[in-house]
Amino acid sequence: MSARIPGRGEHVVSTAPFDPATVEALTPEQERYYLASQWRLMWWKLRRHKLAVFSGALLALMYLIVVFAEFFAPYELQTRNTDYIYTPPQALHLFHEGEFIGPFVYGLDYRLDMEILKREYPENRGQIHRLRFFCGGDPYRMWGLWEMDLHLVCPALTDDGRKAPMFLLGTDRLGRDLLSRIIYGARISLTIGLVGIAISFFFGILFGGLAGFYGGWVDAGVQRMIEIIRSFPELPLWMALSAILPINWSPLWVFFGITVILAMLDWTGLARAVRSKLLALREEDYCSAAQLMGAGPGRVIVRHLLPGFASHLIASASLSIPTMILGETALSFLGLGLRPPVTSWGVLLNEAQNINVVALYPWLMLPVVPVIVVILAFNFFGDGLRDAADPYK
Amino acid sequence: MLHYTLRRLLAMIPTLLVISALVFAIIQAPPGDYLESYIAELQAAGETVDEEKIAFLRHEYGLDLPLHEQYWVWLSGMLQGDFGYSFEHNLPVSEIIGDRLLLTVALSIATILFTWAVAFPIGIYSATHQYSWGDYGLTLLGFIGLATPNFLLALVMLYFANVWFGISIGGLVDPALIDAPWSWEKIRSVLAHLWIPVIVIGTAGTAAMIRRLRANLLDELQKQYVITARAKGLPPGKLMRKYPLRMAMNFFVADIGNLLPQVISGAEIVAVVLSLPTTGPMLLGALQSQDMYLAGAFLMFLALLTVLGVLVSDLLLAALDPRIRLGGGAGR
Repeated sequence: MSARIPGRGEHVVSTAPFDPATVEALTPEQERYYLASQWRLMWWKLRRHKLAVFSGALLALMYLIVVFAEFFAPYELQTRNTDYIYTPPQALHLFHEGEFIGPFVYGLDYRLDMEILKREYPENRGQIHRLRFFCGGDPYRMWGLWEMDLHLVCPALTDDGRKAPMFLLGTDRLGRDLLSRIIYGARISLTIGLVGIAISFFFGILFGGLAGFYGGWVDAGVQRMIEIIRSFPELPLWMALSAILPINWSPLWVFFGITVILAMLDWTGLARAVRSKLLALREEDYCSAAQLMGAGPGRVIVRHLLPGFASHLIASASLSIPTMILGETALSFLGLGLRPPVTSWGVLLNEAQNINVVALYPWLMLPVVPVIVVILAFNFFGDGLRDAADPYK
Repeated sequence: MLHYTLRRLLAMIPTLLVISALVFAIIQAPPGDYLESYIAELQAAGETVDEEKIAFLRHEYGLDLPLHEQYWVWLSGMLQGDFGYSFEHNLPVSEIIGDRLLLTVALSIATILFTWAVAFPIGIYSATHQYSWGDYGLTLLGFIGLATPNFLLALVMLYFANVWFGISIGGLVDPALIDAPWSWEKIRSVLAHLWIPVIVIGTAGTAAMIRRLRANLLDELQKQYVITARAKGLPPGKLMRKYPLRMAMNFFVADIGNLLPQVISGAEIVAVVLSLPTTGPMLLGALQSQDMYLAGAFLMFLALLTVLGVLVSDLLLAALDPRIRLGGGAGR
């Protein structure tokens, strides 16, 4: 670029030997950008999307809690506190009469309102129950393997060695702590989305791959099939399919049955994405080259074509997880999905089904909060991923 | 246009046939049939079971035929308006479902109109005021509507509608008017009750539609013809009305295909919570008690409603957009 303006009569062409490296020299920053792998580019682009990063972190935290649910839940799933039935959520305090104490809850008195036969638990300002952290509480079997009793928080012990009440989100009709049940319920509700998406991924890639790669009548057939499945309203079909599941199945089987049912209607979107991408990509030179070298269709699709749009697929998959979580919640709410003793958010909401709950025990509807948070987080995260999935744009 | 309509109608036939086969497979799939659970019920109650009567019933309902013949009987019956027999209600299916189908259709149409009425202005506002506070706020509101399970929303609305407005809980008409013949008073009562389910079912669809409308309109607003028109001095309001909005209208009509299955799904579960006299609660009951022909008729009807809705939206779109009705046959 250091162009010297030639004077009159001077030789115009520079005689210096041409070295392309000097012209196209890259700054280290550019070089880093050009040499970065596709995944690295995606990460850089995703990082700029603050909401998506935040949602991703939130989801990671939730899945961490899911893995160590036993540790994070203050009580066991089925622990019944018969003295505290339908306790409203207790407030967490830090200061008592202007003095800093640390996180604690006040004790509860009990009174039965004889007029409407409602249990009431007024706060007893005289009792202060400091929360204990990393403490021994209800014993449990960690992942069903070994005995433990370590919890993140436990209720305080009173002077006579009994457990003081600590129900940060209240209790249900059997006196079970709602916070613990929500944490355990997350285990089912959040895995159902992941397992379901794995299944629908399989179907989506299989059918989309067949349609996109072979084209012709295979494509037409798969397209019709997708159209028919999509033209059916989801929920009634889910209802009908889950009514098929035999009642005498064990909870684990019902769980898988429901997951498969949710996934069976969900793969169509993925299959369409795979198909349209494949139709575009199979004309590329590297694809013909692979075919000419004797690669079979399976190898061409999986080895050569899939990596090209895997990121895109993952993004669209993360957008369809919320549908599954909502689907499970709706089915369990109707009593067609999971049933107690299996605990998912839908099962918890099923107990909040009648109008009395709304009027008298509204905290039983709290499991809807994690549902909303998770669905929003998946949506924002998926949106961010989708934008980042095409880093060259 | 006539040619296009005919082709579209013909294409519906195989779709409906496949759907009917699917529905039949689903209602047949649970092990056993209604008579078996009926026998078990009788035995549990300590009553003797008359083998001959059971055999007679089985023959009468065609439950002893091979599956493909049962399917054929069911399908040909439906074409003649005979939807089979409801075991649980002891009545022909067609006598039970009439009113409920009508109300389901009414509810769906009202919900779609509501969705349009809300989504259209908000979508336009969001697109023209992109990245403003209003856009962010409305988008967030839409997202929350999308994420809230609508059965819970229904429950809460039900409670507050009763506390604040004194509307009777559940149902679509005032309890006093349930058996009354149709009159202006009854229609008014239906309208007074209808808005709760309409809002509840509409929330999810509205949010999705706002997002799609906004994205579409944003694409359109970037196009050169819009820039040209603006450069020539067309006032913004007129510009919007004359060009991008018309394009967005096409999309709006086409979106029924996306909206309708969602509305019907939502209507089913909300109807169960609100105990509306639509298909929802009865379908749930029929599925649980294996009342197969009743369940089959409902499923078939819901699918038909969706397919018809998509057909109407396709036809409207073809009427609006000459590219579709003229270019459709030549391949893409």
